[in-house]
Amino acid sequence: MEEPTRDFVISVRNLAKMFPDQEGNPVRVLDGINLDVKPGETLVIMGGSGCGKSTLLNCLIGELRPEEGRILYQTRAMSRPADLLGMDEEAMNELRMRFGILFQSGALFNSMTVAENVALPLREHSYVDPSIIDIVVTLKLEQVHMRPHREKMPSQLSGGQKKRAGLARATALDPEILFYDEPSAGLDPVTSAAIDDLIIDLSKKLLVTSVVVTHEMDSAFRIADRMVMLDRGRVLKVGDRAEFEKLRDTPPEQLATNEERLIHQFLRGNTRGPLTDAEGMSEYEKWIVAG
Amino acid sequence: MSEAAPETGPGRLTAGIIAVGHATQNAYRGLIDRVRYVGGIGYLLADTVRWIGRGTYDRRARVSSSTLAAQMVRVGVRSIPIIVLVQTFIGIILALQLAPTMQDYGSIEKIAVIVSIAMFRELGPLLSAVVLSGFAGASIAAELGAMVEAEEIKALRAHALNPIRFLVVPRCVATVVMLVGLAIVADVVGVLGGLFTAWGVLDVPPLIYLDQTYLAVVYKDIFTGLVKAGVFGLEIAMIGCYEGLNVRGGAEGVGRATTATVVKSIVALIATDCVFTTVFYLFKL
Repeated sequence: MEEPTRDFVISVRNLAKMFPDQEGNPVRVLDGINLDVKPGETLVIMGGSGCGKSTLLNCLIGELRPEEGRILYQTRAMSRPADLLGMDEEAMNELRMRFGILFQSGALFNSMTVAENVALPLREHSYVDPSIIDIVVTLKLEQVHMRPHREKMPSQLSGGQKKRAGLARATALDPEILFYDEPSAGLDPVTSAAIDDLIIDLSKKLLVTSVVVTHEMDSAFRIADRMVMLDRGRVLKVGDRAEFEKLRDTPPEQLATNEERLIHQFLRGNTRGPLTDAEGMSEYEKWIVAG
Repeated sequence: MSEAAPETGPGRLTAGIIAVGHATQNAYRGLIDRVRYVGGIGYLLADTVRWIGRGTYDRRARVSSSTLAAQMVRVGVRSIPIIVLVQTFIGIILALQLAPTMQDYGSIEKIAVIVSIAMFRELGPLLSAVVLSGFAGASIAAELGAMVEAEEIKALRAHALNPIRFLVVPRCVATVVMLVGLAIVADVVGVLGGLFTAWGVLDVPPLIYLDQTYLAVVYKDIFTGLVKAGVFGLEIAMIGCYEGLNVRGGAEGVGRATTATVVKSIVALIATDCVFTTVFYLFKL
């Protein structure tokens, strides 16, 4: 097993996660993932539906327990890297306070107002006076341009507003790492671009490390410093945004390997190419072809 | 594995053996599922008790009084009218059902004795619990189920907030406390239902009725009823929370959890009641 590099916030080594299929046999949804997230960068994890990117995110945030591998975290508060998988509940909670997550739906608590949602982590994890909490909440909401909506209930908000409010709550405890799960999903292009700007803005202003899971290519190219392409539970390519831009803009016949052509097809959103060929024919199609 | 049953003798035997094998396998799986369910509820209960215990000395593990009050209002206060209505009817029904027999014995005023003992020991707690399983249990399951679907539970954990402490503990405490309270209300209105029926229909003077009630009911009748109410409350809360937190499959899953909560709660309530009654009988309580 190769040793993790030193300069990282998160380092994933040989990660494997299995789920049982319908017959109960284990299927490797993640298969030997190696990945480093460097301090201060915005890393975009992308891939088609079912490639394992959501599973990877759930493993990173401690929602799922992988069967094999290590997930090392090194936050500013840690003297040395700690393996997520070896942590007890208390250590896990300490770490969770160092990161924020923007869920796909925003995941606001529906029984609370926007302001109460943002105040909740502050109220529960700090001993500060309610008046101070109120000021912090105002600041956090201002950061995402949601101050006028502070007294609204989540059901009164639009999709984009929910994500903004979710982002304000995710940043409430001044996290070092922000995870975004499909930040553009279900939003119109303008709102989606506005959320992207916000992600860029926050990572600059708050000096956070961001990990974004998405399959929206416009958004990915706007926000990424580095990108990771996953396919069927494996890392296909890790590289700078420029490398991926080059892959996207090169015609497929000039690309050397099948993997590059596959990434090109994904980035371009073409219906024909190795990605769709690799999925293969269904049993029905094979039966038709075989006569 | 052959699906079609062959027509010949030995083939039929094989098919029969296979069918028995399948039935055994299904029964075994069913048993495992049930054991897993009870085990899951047991774990949830243990975790809930642990968090309640921690809340007594650790400020950060404590449930805020406003959250608890909100749950109490939702679980208990809102169900008072329906409990009053149901238990009054039960009091009236009991009095009228008993009347002919008691008239035959020439001691119509003894209706008060039977109505009060039945209400305090049995019907007050049990029927309040049945009403509450539909009223509170189902709504707890639906609410938590919707929270699971909206990733709210995940978000709680992501903010280092334990969902058991944050969601289950207040609902559990509120249901237990309020069901004990509701059982007291139920006892009183049940007795009053009997009293007004005896007075208005059967010509038993209210003072005699009350006197008979006072003489008949002893502390242990009230106490055993309230202990049962507390345990029933715990069961409803645990089943509702467990079903809600384990919702899978969107709106349909939430619907399934709601129905399952009511059905399983009622079965659990009556089974527990049977156990309690046996124990109380054996120990002459």
